[in-house]
Amino acid sequence: MDYVRLMGFWPGGWGYSLLTATAMTVAVALCGFLVGVVLGCLGAAASFSRLRAFRWAADVYTTLLRGIPDLLVIYLFYFGSSSLLTTVGALFGAEGFVGAPAFLTGALAIGVVSGAYQMQVFRGAVLALPKGEIEAGRAYGMKSLLLFRRIVLPQAARFAIPGVGNVWQLVLKESALISVIGLVELMRQAQIGAGSTRQPFSFYLTAGALYLLISFISGRGFRLAEQRAMRGIRRVA
Amino acid sequence: MPFDLPFLAESFAALLRGIPLTLQLAALSVIAGGFLAFALAFMRISGKWWLDAPAQFYIFVFRGTPLLVQIYIIYYGLSQFPMLRHSLLWPFLREAYWCAVLALAFNTAAYSAEIIRGGLLSVPAGQIEAARACGMSGHLLFRRIVMPLALRQMLPGYSNEIILMVKSTALASTITLLEITGIAAKLISVSYRTVEVFVCAGAIYLAINFLVARLFAWLEYTVSPETRRPEEHHA
Repeated sequence: MDYVRLMGFWPGGWGYSLLTATAMTVAVALCGFLVGVVLGCLGAAASFSRLRAFRWAADVYTTLLRGIPDLLVIYLFYFGSSSLLTTVGALFGAEGFVGAPAFLTGALAIGVVSGAYQMQVFRGAVLALPKGEIEAGRAYGMKSLLLFRRIVLPQAARFAIPGVGNVWQLVLKESALISVIGLVELMRQAQIGAGSTRQPFSFYLTAGALYLLISFISGRGFRLAEQRAMRGIRRVA
Repeated sequence: MPFDLPFLAESFAALLRGIPLTLQLAALSVIAGGFLAFALAFMRISGKWWLDAPAQFYIFVFRGTPLLVQIYIIYYGLSQFPMLRHSLLWPFLREAYWCAVLALAFNTAAYSAEIIRGGLLSVPAGQIEAARACGMSGHLLFRRIVMPLALRQMLPGYSNEIILMVKSTALASTITLLEITGIAAKLISVSYRTVEVFVCAGAIYLAINFLVARLFAWLEYTVSPETRRPEEHHA
């Protein structure tokens, strides 16, 4: 079998490089996802703020980044930070184009995009809390921070799990776009393999299968987490 | 950094020329993907496992892999097969344009199928029973009762999907097509003025997506008259 020889773990096979690249995909997607969680939390907090400027800023953030293609955002981060670095480099006597680190800019770019989606998930989760819970907390004399930590967060986290799982799948698939700025993750490695063996179909199919595997496993993980978080909750129907 | 107005205007004009291609890609793939999505949705709700299973598998594969992989498999991958290269399809599959349309259509079909299925399943059983009691069956029942109700349910989800599609057309730039993002990448690599080009391109996408969202909001309003508040004075 040609295909097995090509994808095997022996000399001349691409198995190891594809697996390493898969690990890179998971790493960059995880970093982007975490950036997104932080930004999503900040955005959701801002959207519930009493200050109109905060609410407005959160609204602009989520509307803009959900309306612009992710590829464009990745270009902005990569070329934007590269030209900044080139300018700074020129001050210190470096010659020519200084490329920004692809991992960092890529993770930040998909983080900023996914934060916009994450924010909506968190908002929805907080809004799903019964109002009485918060009023009861207030009645006990809890201040905002304590109320958030003891009442809002534990319950909202539970409601957020399915949405967060969706955003993770989105980030995982978006991470393939980082290949355009040269980070050797799964997609880029498949391109390299396809280019040097002239077997594009085999390589892209394998890459696709590996993405499918990651999303399948993580999907299972999120479902388990949801089941665990929902235990003890009475549900109608 | 001072904002250079002439450059901004120039880039904006260049990017505007990408709009027709972006819209074409989005429209063609949404239409073609829509037909496929209906077929898949009917397979899902057919109740026959040999129709349901392949549809489920299709949806699982196309929702679980990045669109970029799908585009590359079709554009670069298919050339691996000499048989295909010598077939009648090759004049189409050779073109980046048709490959992009095909990949986008296959992709959106998987997502839309679930939206359509959700819409079809949301039709209350009582409505269908009532229609049967009135003697409707088959096509008539579907055309008069099921479809109008299902369509209304699926509109919000479908408008999201179309906005996602408009954004996804940006990936066509990775296979040499010069739509808005393709032109933007070219402008950036020539001028290194990322921010200005990004602002222009972003504004165009936002405008398109805003219009799509408004269009669907209007559609939703027109097809659901009974959920509106009754008008105060009837003539």
